[in-house]
Amino acid sequence: MTTPVLDLRGVAYRYPGSHQALFGVDLHVHAGERVALLGPNGAGKTTLVLHLNGILRAGAGTIEVSGLPVTDANLPEIRRRVGIVFQDPDDQLFMPTVHDDVAFGPANLGLTGEALAARVTAALTAVGVADLADRAPHHLSFGQRRRVAIATVLAMEPDILVLDEPTSNLDPTSRRELADILRTLPVTVLMVTHDLPYAAELCERSVLLSDGVVSADGPTLELLADPDLLARHRLELPWGFALPTPQPSADPGVGP
Amino acid sequence: MVGLFGFAVAAVAVPAPGYVPLAVAIVVGLALVLSTGVSWRHLWPRLLVEVPFLVFAIVLPFIATGPRISVGPVEVSEPGLHAAWAIAAKGTAAVLAATAFSVTTTARDLVSALQRLRVPDTLVTILSFMVRYAGVVIEELHRMRIARESRGFRGRGVRDWPVIGRTLGTLFIRSFERGERVHVAMVSRGYTGRLPALAANAPRGRDWAVACVPAAVVVGVAASLMVGR
Repeated sequence: MTTPVLDLRGVAYRYPGSHQALFGVDLHVHAGERVALLGPNGAGKTTLVLHLNGILRAGAGTIEVSGLPVTDANLPEIRRRVGIVFQDPDDQLFMPTVHDDVAFGPANLGLTGEALAARVTAALTAVGVADLADRAPHHLSFGQRRRVAIATVLAMEPDILVLDEPTSNLDPTSRRELADILRTLPVTVLMVTHDLPYAAELCERSVLLSDGVVSADGPTLELLADPDLLARHRLELPWGFALPTPQPSADPGVGP
Repeated sequence: MVGLFGFAVAAVAVPAPGYVPLAVAIVVGLALVLSTGVSWRHLWPRLLVEVPFLVFAIVLPFIATGPRISVGPVEVSEPGLHAAWAIAAKGTAAVLAATAFSVTTTARDLVSALQRLRVPDTLVTILSFMVRYAGVVIEELHRMRIARESRGFRGRGVRDWPVIGRTLGTLFIRSFERGERVHVAMVSRGYTGRLPALAANAPRGRDWAVACVPAAVVVGVAASLMVGR
């Protein structure tokens, strides 16, 4: 098999002077996959995400991104390869205008002038907000801010896009629009969520993280069809939601 | 920005009483404001900054000491009158120019201009973040106030101050935590300690020349009068 985009082996982490959050996580994501990382609150999902680009360093185990180990020397390249979209777009968008914010990442990579402008335009177009370039982030709607936040990361042309709770606080329409956009993006995606229908809709594979270990890994529809497994890990499908019968090109239907 | 500063300094530095140069300064200030084409309704609130100075200028002739002269029915102090004119005129000219500047300059241009003027990076960064997050923090404060009042709190009297204090404390901690999250997000996109200079338009020679015109006019008029004396 080809080199995985993400290759985690036995990753463990204890917060300094506090509890241990990860107890040996093994995870492999290959190019072109869209994988959902599921888990209840406090399962260690966000902690794991912060390991992917070296913000937190594993106490034990190794992490490789497209074959490159996460070490101090490799950090700039690791952070280009792994694009993290954080939960609150207000944390992610800190420059005075949308354009400047999207340009921030590529500019840090050393791009200037035409090349920089092209990156910004391409990223904003990919998420359908090219017309917002000169607006201030705090004047945008929440859904727009979420999309701009994704553009800021896309502009760095990452190998993998990591989304932390992409649907939190989105209204149903923004939620669906975001799904439409994510489907069109030609990048590998790791989506951290406990929005199970969203995972079923977008990700063919799911990984269940619970109490700091991977407790299940398989096709999303199979995982979600196992109510005992979900219940053991404080997950459940929303009321009224029925899984689509597994067939190619199935859309999640809503039951009676 | 340099032009504005120069103009304000020039207007303030005109030796009192300096009737003619200050009148010229006011005219220049007015011309600047008019050239922006902004409606008066938009301008008035901004010009209100000057009100305390004007009030002081009106009171000054009555309370200042020195030889008194009569203006109409009232007797006022002569040096006081001159000083009042100087304060009112200098203030008006500077405020007019500053208003013209502020309504035509975006926060983003201001930040990049400071960066270009070699203001230390840390200060520029702080300022830029203030511009971005003032709204977020104020909104958070507003939500906390609504949450307090929804649970029956009414901020009246000294006994309620501890509650306000705790609110501010919470706000500080929340902002601090947000700061940490923002920093993580920045580092994730390759931040190394300096905001990249992104604003496109570097000032050209012509821009500098235009910017210096207001200050130059005032200095010129004042100087020619002094020489002519």
